[in-house]
Amino acid sequence: MGSLKINHGMINAEKAQELIKLCPFGAISYENGKLDISSACKMCKMCVRRGGGAIEYVEEEAAGVDKSLWKGICVYVDHYGDKIHRVTYELIGKAKELASVTGHPVYALVIGAGLGEGIEKLLHYGVDKVFVYDRPEFKDFRIEPYTAAFHDFIEKIKPSSILVGATNLGRQLAPRIAARCRAGLTADCTVLEMKENTDLVQIRPAFGGNIMAQIISTNTRPQFCTVRYKVFTEPKPETEAHGEIVKMDISEKALISGINVISGVDKPKDIDISESDVIVAVGRGAQSEGMRAMAKELADLLGGVVACSRPLVESNIFDAKHQIGLSGRTVKPKFIITLGISGAVQFAAGMKSSDCIVSVNSDKNAPIFDVAHYAIVGDVNEIVPKLIAKIKEAQADVQ
Amino acid sequence: MNILVCIKQVPGSSNVEVDPVTGVLKRDGVKSKLNPYDLYGLETAIALTEKFGGEVETITMGPPQAKSIIVESICMGAKCGTVLSDRKFAGADVLATAYTISQGIKKSGTYDLIICGKQTTDGDTAQVGAEVAEYLGIPNVSNVLSVDDVKDGKVYVTASLDEKIVKMSVALPCLISVDGDINSPRLPSYKVKQTVTDDMVKFISFADFEDQDEKHYGLSGSATQVERIFPPEKNTEKSSIEGDSEQQAEGLFELIKSRKII
Repeated sequence: MGSLKINHGMINAEKAQELIKLCPFGAISYENGKLDISSACKMCKMCVRRGGGAIEYVEEEAAGVDKSLWKGICVYVDHYGDKIHRVTYELIGKAKELASVTGHPVYALVIGAGLGEGIEKLLHYGVDKVFVYDRPEFKDFRIEPYTAAFHDFIEKIKPSSILVGATNLGRQLAPRIAARCRAGLTADCTVLEMKENTDLVQIRPAFGGNIMAQIISTNTRPQFCTVRYKVFTEPKPETEAHGEIVKMDISEKALISGINVISGVDKPKDIDISESDVIVAVGRGAQSEGMRAMAKELADLLGGVVACSRPLVESNIFDAKHQIGLSGRTVKPKFIITLGISGAVQFAAGMKSSDCIVSVNSDKNAPIFDVAHYAIVGDVNEIVPKLIAKIKEAQADVQ
Repeated sequence: MNILVCIKQVPGSSNVEVDPVTGVLKRDGVKSKLNPYDLYGLETAIALTEKFGGEVETITMGPPQAKSIIVESICMGAKCGTVLSDRKFAGADVLATAYTISQGIKKSGTYDLIICGKQTTDGDTAQVGAEVAEYLGIPNVSNVLSVDDVKDGKVYVTASLDEKIVKMSVALPCLISVDGDINSPRLPSYKVKQTVTDDMVKFISFADFEDQDEKHYGLSGSATQVERIFPPEKNTEKSSIEGDSEQQAEGLFELIKSRKII
């Protein structure tokens, strides 16, 4: 909390130019001998740190909050009927870690209709209390009743931090409830840490992922954040259930909505390769029918989709919507395995910003190895079946 | 039907880097453009007024230069637009931005429908729309794939939830956020550009707002504070998985596990 103060006595044309250059957001202007900062300012304070005292940061007394009144780390349970979205478990695992710093309890909040045994599952993940709003009005996700229940929960329980999965639903609900609480919300956090004073340290990529920003909300409670699926690790369920389920009530009057859900149909699967977090891409070196079947099996095991390079579209083996590259789709999955793809520039351009690239090719000089993070020089026909066997074995062990 | 589209001016390139030694942000040029996701919102709005009548207005918050994107929206078919600009708005996070925009909307007119793009390419949070709706006390729906009809004071939309594609009716006034790639935004008309006059772009500042408490705007009105910015750890290291096919499969398996893919 604060503002920037320009020490006009120190400003001349030369100094002004220096300051204008310093500002990454082009917010500083100098006209008619007067330096000004426009609303493009993002308060990065670069001009304060490097401006040699020409611009000062003036701290303002912030209206604080009594943090001791806010206790607990809450995870919003994202679910569809009885099916709980796995991001929920990942967040519960993280919430437990965070709670160990402050000794706070871990809560789960469920809003839905006709909730069955699915909710009991949460008690195997180490939550202290599961708060449940179960009413027919919550059958379909409608923003006003869900926000009302969420707000009711916050007013009654006063949790310090709230973690919401960055699903399509979470991304609408979190900002709506954060605004109602006049509280801070950080989207798509990739790292969360807890300070002893219960401030939640939220780190997220900014400016297209080129910069990381560390964010706190020290003067407001609760502290909201959203986290994408597969950012944190899902904990193993415990065999013993513990914690309790607390039924919550809310007055009908709070549940009025201007939204009426007419129908819902299941989403068709496997259309947009750019939406997938995991891609198995096949090229000319893996175009046999047997190899394609294996690629599909591998993709299924990894929860991903199969994509291909241009030659396989040109020879009508794949539909064009599966093609990666300049003339196809640009993809940026968390994990991509290329099988038998040489890696022409036009292909690489469509996938080189993927988080992790593994390439298998028998030619050690293939250009694909220039963009790959992990190079495997070898025969796809030998490596892939062995890999599939290992994954199946590991999954059989778990079940 | 009167529609307001919320738009934003964003950097022309998201290619901003931090110098790891000095910590200074390096930017390549300060060229700005209209947030690409907003084009789908604009197209949705203009197509709706062509079918059902009414007018499209646009609103943005930013420096005075943001006027250029209002002009661009007029060239696409909006009637006029508003720039919310004031030094007091500087350093706003989602909460303060949404509050400022909601105050601006109350000041600039009354609308049946407010349309936002999915997200911006610079802030990337996709949160402002829902917070604006909360401040205005109207329903909101995100990830709208199509607007199917408008009748009896309701808008009928198809939206994408996580598991389902949902059709619903939403009472007007309301706010919808449309997904990217749902239509083909028309190009701005250069013929119209010749006819744009200054009075088509309105400027509203803090002094015009109903709420005159400075603490609700800009950095003071923000709940979040950026403690520091730093460059991400880059995985530029390249490694190879060696050995016979059994060892390579094992190495790849371990990598898949460590990456939490399974």
